[in-house]
Amino acid sequence: MADMRTPLSRVRGHGSAKSGTDHFWLQRLTAIANVPLVIFALASVVALVGADYATVKAYLSMPVVSILFLLLILSGVYHMRIGMKEIIEDYVNGEGMKLLSIIGNNFFAAVVGLACIYAVLKLGFGG
Amino acid sequence: MAETSVKAPVRARPLSPHLGIYRPMLTMMMSIVHRITGGALYFGTLLLAWWLIAAATGPEAYGVFMDVATSWFGRLVLFGYTWALIHHLLGGIRHFVWDLGKGFELGTVEWMARLSLAGSIILTLIVWAVAYAMAGGL
Repeated sequence: MADMRTPLSRVRGHGSAKSGTDHFWLQRLTAIANVPLVIFALASVVALVGADYATVKAYLSMPVVSILFLLLILSGVYHMRIGMKEIIEDYVNGEGMKLLSIIGNNFFAAVVGLACIYAVLKLGFGG
Repeated sequence: MAETSVKAPVRARPLSPHLGIYRPMLTMMMSIVHRITGGALYFGTLLLAWWLIAAATGPEAYGVFMDVATSWFGRLVLFGYTWALIHHLLGGIRHFVWDLGKGFELGTVEWMARLSLAGSIILTLIVWAVAYAMAGGL
């Protein structure tokens, strides 16, 4: 069978969607990162149950805690953005609605991610 | 320009068998639940954002968050959040095994599904037992 692809396109291996298998790899990469980070966050929340505001604030402003929460937010938001895109592509059939959903997915991920990062940084820098 | 539009065929095109014709199986339900918990966790990040923003804003904002979070409805949502998180995490670990090309035998698939379902429930209860112990009882 004749291959209509150019040699360059074959080497790049990006296929018709122009992004190749990047999303598959990034979904696994962020998943691996999420395992310890989620366990850390869950343990943090449980440890803070019943604590007063000053304790919570002091805990969340420790550099190591800030860094781990920032990593969780970056990795988690990236992971959920890919996952939701996949769900949208599977179930939203209309082309217009699909486009709107994908735009909404990106905006949601950006807003939630930035809001969390801003809050963690503010706590970390002593605001 | 010539008229090139083509009428869509009237006859319904054949579709591959979908969910409706299968008897529900554990592995199938686990796959569906993995997706549902993923979707729930997506919106659950709003709670994480609220918690962090409240903590960064001040004692009053944090108090409002805590009032909602510790209400019966808040606890119900957080309990579901905990289970969804752990279920999705354990499901993800099963996916790592499959990504390595292992664990595809029917027996293995079945016990991994049972183990992660049981694990998600047991670990959720442990997390909440510890949380209540931290808070000094109910």
